[in-house]
Amino acid sequence: MKKKPSTLKNMVVSLTLIAGAAALSVGIADVVTAEPIALAKQARLEAAIRVVLPEFDRLEEPDTITVDGGELIFYMAYNNDEFVGTAIATFSNRGFSGQIRLMAGFLPDGTIYNIDVLRHSETPGLGDKIEHRKSTWPQQFRGQNPATFNLRVRKDGGDVDAITAATITARAYTDAVQRAFDALAGTR
Amino acid sequence: MNNLAVFTKGIFKENPLFVLLLGMCPTLGVTSSAMNGMGMGLATMFVLTLSNVFISALKTQIPDNVRIPAFIVIIASFTTVVQLMMEAFTPDLFAQLGVFIPLIVVNCIVLGRAEAFAMKNNVWKSLLDGAGMGLGFTIALTMLGSIRELLGSGSIFDFKFIAGDGILIFILAPGAFIALGFLIALINHLKRAGIKPAPTKDNK
Repeated sequence: MKKKPSTLKNMVVSLTLIAGAAALSVGIADVVTAEPIALAKQARLEAAIRVVLPEFDRLEEPDTITVDGGELIFYMAYNNDEFVGTAIATFSNRGFSGQIRLMAGFLPDGTIYNIDVLRHSETPGLGDKIEHRKSTWPQQFRGQNPATFNLRVRKDGGDVDAITAATITARAYTDAVQRAFDALAGTR
Repeated sequence: MNNLAVFTKGIFKENPLFVLLLGMCPTLGVTSSAMNGMGMGLATMFVLTLSNVFISALKTQIPDNVRIPAFIVIIASFTTVVQLMMEAFTPDLFAQLGVFIPLIVVNCIVLGRAEAFAMKNNVWKSLLDGAGMGLGFTIALTMLGSIRELLGSGSIFDFKFIAGDGILIFILAPGAFIALGFLIALINHLKRAGIKPAPTKDNK
């Protein structure tokens, strides 16, 4: 077939058709994937709560409060109607590249049970050591109570070992945990 | 050129990364580990193959003066669809690569193959060209990622076999340039060793 000459009509028709078809296909893809994406996000959230709290069989409806221009979401967990702890989706804006979102789990007395990373865009190989699967760094928070454990890196006079070459990331991490703990202490 | 040559040229002879030096942005950005490199390579290969096929099929319908915007719209749509699919069905991989997927749109390889190959060849050859170029890109990114991960973290594909932290600079951007430079030198050396003295000046 002969190639279409570049007349104004041909150009307008061709680009309109291509853009229309493209918009339609992206729209269809969006509708098709909306539900699986929502489910995947929910599953990820629930998996994170299970990691950061002892075993539980019931979650209360989450509470949301606004702190420092962001949202903290509280998930209270119960096992056989006994309160086992609170998981808090917290954040810090002091990361090296963008916001860091964590799920921090606190036992009823305020002790940290475990912390998991929900989302970050720190440097791969350096800042991503805040992930459990990359390093043992985040384990140092387990069993510590921020009331007595100073949630700052050693360089700043705290009790937290920083990450080599990623002190900014470690600071942001402790900032997020501190924010969650302060909110927890304030609500009691 | 026969079909097999169309497919295999992208792997070594015209490797998009080592020989054509296209797609530097994702190359230097994502290859801090072998897994990231491979994931990015495969996503690019998918988009490249599909966009080549579509552009080749539509080539008589696209007037020359508006071909670049038409290419970009097609490539951007495929990239968006891939991104949504990955987010929905491979959330773990998406968590790793999510921020880099939109970069496929501006990858020179995809636009370059559309312009240089798909506009002039039939659908079947364009498909082979896209798949071959994509495979070559995937291999190149995986190699670069493996080298950087080995030197920078002492592991390959997260399998750690050297204790300790490794050489920090290879995780960071300068390490990408250094490793890529040595890899290109190695490829050029291999090519020179393999090529017999050319009979004519035109060494194609």
